[in-house]
Amino acid sequence: MVLTRMGDGAFVKMTESEVRKEVEAGVEEAVKKAKCSPLTEDDIKRLIEIICEPRKFVSVERGNELVLTYDSQPLKFTRLGLPIAMPQILQTYERGLMADTLEMAYVHYSAKPVKMIFPEEQYVVAETLLTTTPALLYGVMPNMPMYTKPDGPCENASELLPKGLIKEAQEAQLEAADLLERDLLLLGEAMYEAGADGLDLDTTAAGGDAEFYACLRAIEKLKERYPNMSIEVGMAGEFVLGFHGSLEYKGERLAGMYPHDQCRMIAKAGGNIAGPAINTNTRKSFPWNLARAVTMCKYAAEVSPIPVHANVGMGVGGVPMQITPPIDCVSRASTAMAEIGKMDGL
Amino acid sequence: MAIVHSQASGMGGVRTAGDLVARMQLAKSMRLNDAKKYVADKLGVGLLDLTDEVVMREVREELDISTVYMGYGAASRGIEAKANIAKLLDIEINCVEKFKNKTGMKF
Repeated sequence: MVLTRMGDGAFVKMTESEVRKEVEAGVEEAVKKAKCSPLTEDDIKRLIEIICEPRKFVSVERGNELVLTYDSQPLKFTRLGLPIAMPQILQTYERGLMADTLEMAYVHYSAKPVKMIFPEEQYVVAETLLTTTPALLYGVMPNMPMYTKPDGPCENASELLPKGLIKEAQEAQLEAADLLERDLLLLGEAMYEAGADGLDLDTTAAGGDAEFYACLRAIEKLKERYPNMSIEVGMAGEFVLGFHGSLEYKGERLAGMYPHDQCRMIAKAGGNIAGPAINTNTRKSFPWNLARAVTMCKYAAEVSPIPVHANVGMGVGGVPMQITPPIDCVSRASTAMAEIGKMDGL
Repeated sequence: MAIVHSQASGMGGVRTAGDLVARMQLAKSMRLNDAKKYVADKLGVGLLDLTDEVVMREVREELDISTVYMGYGAASRGIEAKANIAKLLDIEINCVEKFKNKTGMKF
């Protein structure tokens, strides 16, 4: 029997043929939803081997390693209650945790509140850059809903839509998107002037297609001004929610885009790395979720003109939805994304 | 989670050549295999050497581009190492350019 888990992290035992059925169903679901190519039979066999491996921890074969980028390194230590200053946390990632890249971030991790503390954030970025070696990005969540009532000045589309006020909801989203775009430009300018290598926009489009639109426009403008700025865009979910529904970027409708199209749009705007996020279904098994995530990500990497770094963490990329993600699942997802998904990074 | 990924599939950061490959992805949007080949060629090592901490520590010390060891006799670190990495990889590193502008140094 194979000891694996459900999408909520609970252990479950399956036979190898049951694992195969789950994997095949996950692949089928990905193809149906994202309209992408399925995994090959060789891919499926390798994925089953990785899942059924009896050891707790699984890793790639030598030579198949990939690059790691992160979301909010300082926040990970803050959550553990470790009172360590941000520059020292990044030094720890560099020298103790084998990080390929560094990411500075404010604890709130949203674009809007960082605006109030630019000088303090610029200081920690500039200070850290003197003592660390890997590329350093400044990370934020665009988090467009922070610009809507009651947290911001714009009308709240999620209150207008149930009342049937479609046009008003669309206008409110465009107003919020405009404010977000302006803040991202300010942020990009501030951090690049402080010396950062660039920006990481994390959980992009959590607020829907208007948020994705604002981010793409901000990236385009930042790259016009700073052609050497590196920009990574991590997504919030596997498809772009169409809260607005009609927004287009460079002639393509954003609502409903799956990872392969998200990556293409990020590249079109000038982004350097795209990060698809495939949601975990807690009622389905780990083999089902991982197969589904790898299928979507592999196709995204095939069609993307820029490097693809899949999000593989709590509740995304096949990993169970747990604040303490099980190591057996994370190591298997990490290995499968590298060797089967052919990711450029995670 | 960062530890699990670094052990399962990560390149190894400054301990090996992970930071250098990452720089080429971020600076030039190079795909993984192209970035690995570019860095290996610049360092004069094989592709498998890029994740070998034994080979890479010697290479990094020789090229003076930082290692995780910071004690007596350590290679250049931080901004010093990045100035050397910019020349080695033939890329512009933002904070190195800022450092040059602020100090008036040319290198």
